[in-house]
Amino acid sequence: MAKTIVEARGLHKHFGALHVLKGVDLDVAERELVFVIGPSGSGKSTLLRCLNRLEEPSAGSVVVDGIDLLDPKTDINHARQRIGMVFQSFNLYPHMTALGNVTLALRKVAGKSRAEADAIGRKALERVGLADRADHTPGQLSGGQQQRVAIARAIALEPRVMLFDEPTSALDPELVGSVLGVMRDLRADGMTMVVVSHEMGFARAAADRVLFMDHGVVVEEGPPAAIFENPTQDRTRAFISQIQRH
Amino acid sequence: MIQSFFNAEIAAAAMPIVLDGLLNTILLSLLVVPLGLLGGLILALLASVRHPLVRWPLMAWVDFFRAFPPLVLLVLLFAGLPFAGLELGGFACVAIAFFLNTGAYYGEILRAGIDSVPSGQIEAARSTGLSRLQSMAYVVLPQAVRNVLPDLMSNTLEVVKLTSLGSVVAVPELLFQARQAQSVTYNPTPIVMAAVIYFLILWPLVRLLSRLENRALAARR
Ligand SMILES: Nc1ncnc2c1ncn2[C@@H]1O[C@H](COP(=O)(O)OP(=O)(O)OP(=O)(O)O)[C@@H](O)[C@H]1O
Ligand SMILES: [Mg+2]
Repeated sequence: MAKTIVEARGLHKHFGALHVLKGVDLDVAERELVFVIGPSGSGKSTLLRCLNRLEEPSAGSVVVDGIDLLDPKTDINHARQRIGMVFQSFNLYPHMTALGNVTLALRKVAGKSRAEADAIGRKALERVGLADRADHTPGQLSGGQQQRVAIARAIALEPRVMLFDEPTSALDPELVGSVLGVMRDLRADGMTMVVVSHEMGFARAAADRVLFMDHGVVVEEGPPAAIFENPTQDRTRAFISQIQRH
Repeated sequence: MIQSFFNAEIAAAAMPIVLDGLLNTILLSLLVVPLGLLGGLILALLASVRHPLVRWPLMAWVDFFRAFPPLVLLVLLFAGLPFAGLELGGFACVAIAFFLNTGAYYGEILRAGIDSVPSGQIEAARSTGLSRLQSMAYVVLPQAVRNVLPDLMSNTLEVVKLTSLGSVVAVPELLFQARQAQSVTYNPTPIVMAAVIYFLILWPLVRLLSRLENRALAARR
């Protein structure tokens, strides 16, 4: 049995009167790729953001790589280096080069010298196929390239797990493949990943497990083939047939 | 007529005094602009704390010092503080008044700049382990300042003009020195000199500002 990297128990999240997560459990084993699907507003992003405490859960526990994220004694900034996150809208720093984006946290959080950080940063850019774009600013890069820089920014810190929140939803269709390719490489290198996405083809090819969420609960989970071909719940079936029509 | 309005002989005699005033105006600007920016930065950073115990006093503070006429504030400090047992001198009073008054203006500009940076920027920074303050310093503020650069410049222009208020509390800046020279020569020439000098130092700033504003407009299109 592989080591558990992410262990979330009984997660609840309220936004005022809105109850967005209603008791979600999520275990992710080392090297596992867990896919999360579900209708808009079902709480997928909120769940993901609870896993690095960008969102403070109202109740429950989150342990990542043995660190209790909700313990007040935990140095959250230190812990977050182990949890990479990639956003739908890339969120690259527009006033810095690609390399600057990748090295900022290496220098300011991991305490590397500029030379060390640059070396690590260039290697990370090379891993996403953008070694030759190190000195470009985000404005000079395509959406696909920007998202790959964002992935490089996260992996440069050598995280134990990577969280992806709809990493290809903002991309033109012809650019999706390059980002999925990088994610596939990461997976092949043994990265533990939680991916919110509706890229069914990628899920089938790469996911170990698919979670279907609706209204703040995990309705059903299982291997991709089971969830996509033979869902047991009506809600899952309805959702799968709806997205396959698109 | 022109002779009495601008008298070359008097100009030559008054030149050292007026130039001395110019030097002090420059020094005063170099003091009060950073001071105002510092005050503004503190206010803008406090504004990102959404807690009501910070928010309401902050809003009251900013409103108060923006509503209060700077000249009145200055005179109040200069003439009022001695009665509270605090004798500060003109220079210190100008520094405090500018910190309070122009700080409130700079604060509002910087706050708007910070608000203009998408929240995803902070989230990305925080997700890599940067602290709140580091995210502000390295990610948000550089973008915020760039977004409101024309407004910061325009406010700075106003601040430099406002340094002439120092003359009221006997700070020997350009206007004060010119009036001194005028009162001993019984001739307006030194004042004309000061006016020309003000224009000469401010005009390049105005040009620069126009160019910045045009560029900002073009970028928005
Ligand atoms: N900061 C917030 N304040 C208030 N409500 C929020 C906040 N963030 C999310 N919500 C609400 O919580 C619910 C779940 O949002 P969430 O973003 O987790 O959904 P999602 O499954 O990721 O949806 P999508 O597929 O559209 O991204 C939504 O109704 C949303 O409006
Ligand atoms: Mg979402």
